[in-house]
Amino acid sequence: MSGLKWAGQRTAQPDREARRAARQQRAAQRRRAFAASAAAERARAAALARRAAGAARHPADHPPPGPFRPGAWRSPLRGLWLTSVLAAVLLAGLAILTVTGLLSYAAYDPLLPGNDQTPGAGLVKFYLFSWPTHPSWLYRVDQGVHITLGLALVPVVAAKLWSVLPRLFAWPPVRSLAQALERLSLIMLVGGVLFEFATGILDIQNYYVFPFSFYTAHLYGAWVFIAGFVIHVTLKFPRMVRGLRSRHLLRELRTPLAGTQPEDPDPAGLRAARPAAPTISRRGLLAAVGGASLTVAGLVVGQSIGGLSRRTALFGPRGLSATAPHYLPVNRTAASIGLTAADVGPAYRLTLAGTRNVTLTREQLLALPQHAVELPIACVEGWSVSCRWTGVRLADLARLAGMPHPAAARVESIQQVGSFRAAVLSAGQVADPQALLALTVNGHVLPWDHGYPARTIIPNAPGVHNTKWVSKITFLKQVTGMAVA
Amino acid sequence: MTRRRHDPGGGVARVAAAGARARQLSGWVRRWYGANPLHLLALLAAFALAGYAVRAVVAAGQWRGFAAWFIVAIVAHDLLLFPLYSLADLPLRRLLPRHLTRQVTRAPPRPGPGDPARAAAGPQPAVAAPAAQQTGWQHLSAPAGPAGPVTEPVAGPPLLNYVRIPLAFSLLLLLVFSPLILGLSQPRYHRASGLSTGPYLWRWLAVTGVMFAISAVSYAWRLRRLAARHQAHRR
Repeated sequence: MSGLKWAGQRTAQPDREARRAARQQRAAQRRRAFAASAAAERARAAALARRAAGAARHPADHPPPGPFRPGAWRSPLRGLWLTSVLAAVLLAGLAILTVTGLLSYAAYDPLLPGNDQTPGAGLVKFYLFSWPTHPSWLYRVDQGVHITLGLALVPVVAAKLWSVLPRLFAWPPVRSLAQALERLSLIMLVGGVLFEFATGILDIQNYYVFPFSFYTAHLYGAWVFIAGFVIHVTLKFPRMVRGLRSRHLLRELRTPLAGTQPEDPDPAGLRAARPAAPTISRRGLLAAVGGASLTVAGLVVGQSIGGLSRRTALFGPRGLSATAPHYLPVNRTAASIGLTAADVGPAYRLTLAGTRNVTLTREQLLALPQHAVELPIACVEGWSVSCRWTGVRLADLARLAGMPHPAAARVESIQQVGSFRAAVLSAGQVADPQALLALTVNGHVLPWDHGYPARTIIPNAPGVHNTKWVSKITFLKQVTGMAVA
Repeated sequence: MTRRRHDPGGGVARVAAAGARARQLSGWVRRWYGANPLHLLALLAAFALAGYAVRAVVAAGQWRGFAAWFIVAIVAHDLLLFPLYSLADLPLRRLLPRHLTRQVTRAPPRPGPGDPARAAAGPQPAVAAPAAQQTGWQHLSAPAGPAGPVTEPVAGPPLLNYVRIPLAFSLLLLLVFSPLILGLSQPRYHRASGLSTGPYLWRWLAVTGVMFAISAVSYAWRLRRLAARHQAHRR
């Protein structure tokens, strides 16, 4: 540019016209070359800048669209405090659920051969003990708590998963080996809790759509869950405590929608990067979750408590039916096992096998000393009813068979196929004066569906160990070496 | 992990050296692994326990279904159920009116706040309004008369939660008890109990109805209270 201006200021002699034109041409060329080089320079700089930016913004820091973008999660309620409150509830609730579940497994006395529904349990049986007959309500309460609490925790689990779901889409998905392993362990935790809830909830409604045995799956699924639960609590407990301390619970419970503000940002990244305006207060959300828990639990708990509350068990799988007078819920009907009059008519015989074999008709059973007991029958599915039973003591039958102190007794049903057609009772169960071979319930001859002509009723045993339609009782001198059914 | 011993000398020198070596190892694991070595040990213990449990499922020959249900449970919740209920929330937010309003009639404005008669009267109870003017729910505001009592709409609380909470409760019950409500487990249920799953659908509908009714009544009550407060304050 300056060259051209300088040339224009020079002389106007006509003989220099050609040189001037040539000079102008060269200047134009230089100008073009300069412009070209400047453009190239700019392009080079831009490319360098792009490359530099590319180096800083590693693909790992550049999330794919959708839920992987931090801005995609808008709820202003998500945050460490809310997650921690839900976590604290689950910490207590799931711990109780686990303990009641493990006790329920112990109630089946799986150490007695033939009782274990879960082959290959191995070390998982480490804590087992001979299940006591007292207090007679222990299994009833344990299983009632297990089922009712499990249902009550469904909304809490759902809310907790909702509160942490953005973390599933964290980007980059893996930052270190430690984090990768920790995320892998969440499969045990989240998969475990969903698996246990799904199998348990389907089982109490007799909806066996899963391609495995309920007992096997629910027990081993529980141990996978326990592994995930323990490691999660171990790693996250300090963070939960920090979260709980980050806000005042009472102040939060006094804050209406108008005053609801997003939480402070947390290192876990639970708080939304771009929180939207709230549509519900934090206390409103907690109240909704708690209310949903009480609703679900409240509509089944009557099946376990009994009395007038049974009328409120609208969703108890046997709930309302049991409000009929003298009605006792049925688990497995006589029709379903194909029971006929020939099986239980005059031809019926009870065989007692001990040091001697004894065969008894129903009339002979009635002629033996009769005892009355008030005992609950409690199903693994959660319902339970207390009834008045009369019949013959198992201890008396053991004496009849010539074995007054058996190590165990195997009680078999007329039922030929299906689970729980036999149960092995421990020495303590046979010896308990309340353990009966019952012939009547609530003042009536046992209905067919309840095991006519005779069924066992064992204090504190799971419902399915009170064998119906008993055809044979084998009293055993020792437990080892017994054939596994 | 970078804490130093205050007194490395004396008889504890060898222990200190061992400690330093351990710290060095720990630092190396930290760099390589990304966390405290105890973190790794704890996780490995958890995986070992879970592996031991799964071993029994493999022995029972049921591991395929077991693993499939584990994965399906996660996918069904995180990638199906969660997006579904989040999406279901959107039309509720868009389509519902923000709130319902209630017409409130109040007396024409009195002279000034300094009026001694006004101070003596104090806030009037809500029932003081003429009953004929209380027209209940209205979306449209009625024109207020130029003279005499003034009628104006009072907005209730946001309507959204009064709809989506009973709806969520109802859908939760349906989700949890669907085998009974929808009769999915009827054959097995009947064989086990001798009963029918039939009543559960009606019970669910009834419970849903009751929940919406409770929600409606509590909304009406809150709106009435707001209107009464409005009337008392503006007088």
